[in-house]
Formats: sequence, structure tokens, C-alpha cells
Amino acid sequence: MDNFFKQAWAGLRILLALTVICGVLYPLAVWGVSRIPGLHGNAEATDTTLVAVVRQGDGYFVPRPSAATLPASGASNKGERNSDYDKVISQRRTEIAQREGVAEDQVPQDAVTASASGLDPDISPEYAALQVPRVARASGLSLEKVRELVHANTGGTFTTTVNVTALNRAIDTAR
Amino acid sequence: MSPTVAGLLQVGILVVALAAAYRPLGDYMARVFSDAKHSRLELAVYRIGRINPDSEQKWSTYAYGVLGFSFVSVVLLYVLQRIQSWLPFSFDRGTIPPGMAFNTAVSFVTNTNWQSYVPETVMGHTVQMVGLTVQNFVSAAVGLAVAVALVRGFVRHQTDRLGNFWVDLTRGTIRILLPIAFVFAIVLIALGVTMSLKSGVDVDGQTIANAPVASQEAIKELGTNGGGVLNANSAHPFENPSEWTNLIEIFLLLVIPVSLTRTFGQLVGNKKQGYVLLSVMGVIWTAMLGIIWAAEASGLRPLEGKELRFGIPASALFANSTTGTSTGAVNSMHDSFTGLGGGGAMLNMLFGEMTPGGVGTGLYSILVMAIIAMFLAGLMVGRTPEYLGKKLGRKEVTAAAVSILAMPTVLLIGAGIAAILPSTQGALNNPGSHGLSEILYAYASASNNNGSAFAGITVTNDWFQASLGVCMALGRFVPIIAVLALAGSLAAQKKVPVTAGTLPTTGPLFASLLTGAIVLVAALTFVPALALGPIAEALL
Repeated sequence: MDNFFKQAWAGLRILLALTVICGVLYPLAVWGVSRIPGLHGNAEATDTTLVAVVRQGDGYFVPRPSAATLPASGASNKGERNSDYDKVISQRRTEIAQREGVAEDQVPQDAVTASASGLDPDISPEYAALQVPRVARASGLSLEKVRELVHANTGGTFTTTVNVTALNRAIDTAR
Repeated sequence: MSPTVAGLLQVGILVVALAAAYRPLGDYMARVFSDAKHSRLELAVYRIGRINPDSEQKWSTYAYGVLGFSFVSVVLLYVLQRIQSWLPFSFDRGTIPPGMAFNTAVSFVTNTNWQSYVPETVMGHTVQMVGLTVQNFVSAAVGLAVAVALVRGFVRHQTDRLGNFWVDLTRGTIRILLPIAFVFAIVLIALGVTMSLKSGVDVDGQTIANAPVASQEAIKELGTNGGGVLNANSAHPFENPSEWTNLIEIFLLLVIPVSLTRTFGQLVGNKKQGYVLLSVMGVIWTAMLGIIWAAEASGLRPLEGKELRFGIPASALFANSTTGTSTGAVNSMHDSFTGLGGGGAMLNMLFGEMTPGGVGTGLYSILVMAIIAMFLAGLMVGRTPEYLGKKLGRKEVTAAAVSILAMPTVLLIGAGIAAILPSTQGALNNPGSHGLSEILYAYASASNNNGSAFAGITVTNDWFQASLGVCMALGRFVPIIAVLALAGSLAAQKKVPVTAGTLPTTGPLFASLLTGAIVLVAALTFVPALALGPIAEALL
């Protein structure tokens, strides 16, 4: 037991030394580098398009369903055999079909399932296409213009997605 | 691009990157742990610790070092959380309640990073940086140190000295983890990961919590820790904004455990000994990736709990890598996976975290399993088994068995009690066999120091906070003590000459034997429990 306390005492001293290095100097150095202009302007995430929140009104594209309690992120964590959650999903599908004026089987998967973060900025090109007529109608923009904006905000290396946050801001600008 | 092609391409890029880092990093780590010189910064740390870096320790002193260091780490981290309301950058998040503070302290010190809290509303930036980030470094360095001590047990002869724990700990932190984490934190920032000392940011009229993410993100993956700065972990766009940051994060969590097989080969003076371990890790990792990916691709609602930018393949790739290492970070919610996909992630942990396992822990775990495999082979031919020139007698095999059996014991006892407690019913997020899977997954994650979760389960009552905390501690330190005892008794032996009767441990026969041992031990221990949880769900 003596040896344990002797080692613990040395351990405490070393822990404090490593705390200064790894817990103070290291994060502050990274923070300092993140302030260098030009490296990346957005370590603070101001005007970020990395996350999406619901915008009020029919004139905007709707992001994926969210189970987050803002300002925190979060997911539903519902298993695929959870029958109560089946009802939630089918209700979402009905509502979206009505909102967009299409048949229920045209509503894509990403439109009815909650994302992992609850802040997923992206929707599928299919879901974006589904929303184009409504957004055009409500925003007063032409169908072509809205399609053009969707196209301009479509990207991705391996998976093609549409960034809803950037798209809705483009609609703000176009109006 | 079809999802399959996109997925294969990403796996390909990942494997190429790992292959490129394998030799330089593996060789570098071998040099770090055999270097006779100390750097100035290290000497300063040793002076503060008042230790003599050139005196070597017996296995018991080395073990007391690990235990003593971890003990003061738990105490310090607990105290930091309990006084949070007085610390700067805490944003009125208050002090952390005792049960949660205990659980979190044990969790981060044991390299588990199980999180019973929602970081955005509970943890301030000071505790994140001064407490949690520090443990992300040093708990990984402890794993490295124990692995290196075990390798010294094989390499050294007729000595009772295994090296100096403080030197191994400090070098692992300062020479290996710190520089790599620093470089990749900057890379992640350049690719969009946030680094803010503010509490949140306004996005189209809503406040979204922000934090000093990048500095912790890099070491969270590199040290196979996994504790998210934000609740959604690596699914959060601030932690993992793009397909490329996603690949980098998967690379980071695999790179040290994978490269350590090279370090091992270098230190024992036969690189093939390392390659054979890598091949076993690779075969199981690849097979499990195939299972999880295929299961998710044919799910009923595969996008639930997944981010669209990652899609199914990159979510399966992350899930397989985070559970095959002891990381536990997630870029998708395993609770919403299919029965088979979620069960695959669970099975990865039940293999004992050695495919390729955590930083250091993966190497020492697979070496212990190699001893079990050689023991089984010895039984078959009726000959005293040997491994790397050391005889595996009663002492060695006992230590290996204790190390292997600690995890299943605490896991099954903990999960068994939790399953019959009336309070557990209210803690579950899903009914039926999936509910049982949530319990099993929690105890598998804690006992294996993984930290990922079927996160629907609410683990904030006293039973879960205490029992999962105990599982994390026993699942970490019982194997470590056994491994160091094993190292001590190996180092004391003479080297046994290689004869015609020695089973070579560099060929496919040994690789098959080791793979079989890993799968068999997990299967024999866990099939009954798995049958009621994920297997039942997959067959529904």
C-alpha cells in the first residue's frame, strides 16, 4: 500500500504537469492557430451552413426531421422494429405528401427519418425536387429559378446532397 | 456514384492512408520507447514528478504507477466537475451531480468515454479542456505504456525490470499523441471543424451550441477515446462536417492501433510477428465491416439516425472502426441500426477490443489472446506451449486467462442485474429484444472501455451510474494488472531456443489459430445473451 501512495503522489505531480501541457497549452495553441486569417474563416461557425434549422413559412425548403432539443444536438435512437415509431414515420409521410401535393410513395426516406445530429444540413436531391413547386409558389420565384438555386447548392464527393441552409439563404437573396 | 462504389472508394482511400502511415509511424513509436535520451520538456515533467527517469521498475511498481496515476486522475477529474460552477467558461451549466461526475471521471480515465451527460447543457469548456482533453491524452498513453511493458516482457531475459512507467507515459503523450493531435486539429479546422470559446452560435434565429471542438476532436479519435464535445458526437456537423473530415477521423482512430503491430515487430526483432497480428485484425475487421454494411444497406429505414452526407457506407465504416477499436465515437446512432448491424457493432466489442483494439490496449489484448491460442495448441499436441521464445507455463496462462475473463464476468453480471431491476424498464427507449440489446450494449461498451452506446437508454439513475462506472474500472484495471504480472513473469524467464517442435508464429496456421481463438472465446461466452437480443431482433 505504501508503494501505491508513493506512486500516486508522483502521479499527481506528473498529472498536473501534463495537464498544463495537454489541457491548457495545447487547446489554446489550437485556438490561436484557428484565429489566423485565411486558414479558415469559420472556427466560430458564424453564418455557418454546416447545420440546418427549420425556417418558418412555405417559401423555404424543409430540412430532415430532428429529434434534437436545441441548443443541444440529438437523435431519436428508435430501433427499426419499434412499432410506435412506425406510426410517427407514417404520420410524417402523410403530412409531407399533403404539404407537397404528391402521393405518399413519392416521399423519400430522408424526409421521414430523423438524422443522427438533429442538425443535418442536407437533404437528398429527390426530397429537394419534391419541394421545388411549393417553395416556388410561396416565395414568388419562378420554378426555373428555384431549380437553379437547388442545383447551385447541390454537392458532395461520394454522396450527392443538397445543403438546405445555403439553399434557403440563396432564396432569401433572390427574393 | 452508386452507394456501393462510393463506399468501396472510401474504404480504399482509408486503407491506402493507413498503409502509408504504417511503417513510418510504427518504426517511430518503436524508437520512442527504446530511446535512451530524454527531451528537455520531458526532463521538466520528471523533475516536477520528482522521479528518476533512468531507474527501471519491477512489474509490481509499474502496476502501482498505473493504478496510482489513474486513481489521482479520477479524483482530480471528479473534483473539477464538482466545482464547475466556479470555473470560467462554464456558462451557468452548474456543478455536475455526484453520480454523473463519478461515472464521467472513471469513464475518461479508463479511456472509455462513456457519456451519461448531454455535453451542450452539462459540460463547460474548462472541464472539457483541462479535464476531459487531458484524460484523452494520458489514458491513451497509459494503454501504450502497458503494451510496451508487455512487449519488453517478451524481449528481455532473466530480469525483473520492465521499464519506467512515468517515462513511457510521458513519452507516449509528448512524442506521439501531442504532435499528431496538434497537426490534425489544424487540418480539421481547415476543413470546417469549429474551435470556439463561446457557448453557442446563432443560426437563422436559433442558437446552436458550440465549443472548442477541434482540439478535442483530434485526440478523441487518435487516442481511441470517443467522448464527444457535443451530444451527437462525430455525427454533429461541427465535429465532423464533411465526407473528408469523416475519413480523416476514421483514419485517426485506426492509425495507432494498426501501426503498433509494426512497432511490436520492430521491438521483438521480427517484423513478421507484427504482420501476422495485423492480418488477424484485418480479417476480422473486414468481415465485420461486410456484415454491418450489408445489414444496414438492407434495413427497413436505413437513414434513421444517420447523417445524409455520410450515407450508409460511411456510417457502417465508422461504426465498424469505432467498435473494433475501443473508441466509441459515433457518426451515426447505433441504436437505430438493424438487429444485425447493431449486433455486429456489439460483437466487435465482445471480441475483447483487439480488431485492432484501442491505443495499446489492442496490442496487449491480442498478445494475451495469442497466449491463449498457443495454450490451446499446446493442449492439442501435449507439449508446453511457447510464444516468442518464452515458455507459457501455469503462471503465464493463468494471468492470460484472468485478463481475458475479467471483461465477460463484469459485463454479464452487470447486464444480468440491470435486466431484472424494475427501474430498468423505464430507462429503455425501445421495447422487446431491442430493449435488452440496449442493456447488453451498455455493459459491453463499459466493460470493454469502448464508450459507444445504444444511446436511447437513459443511464442517469444511481444504479447505472455506479454499476457502469465499476464495470469500466474493473474492465480496464484487472486486465492491466494481469498483463503486467504476465510481463513480469515472462521477463524473468530465459529465452527458449527454437527447435523443430516449435510452432512458428508467423504463418497462416498461427493466424488461423489466433482468429479461431478470438471468435471462439467470444462465441462461447456471449451467444446465449446475444440470442435474446440482437440475434432475436435480426430474425424477427
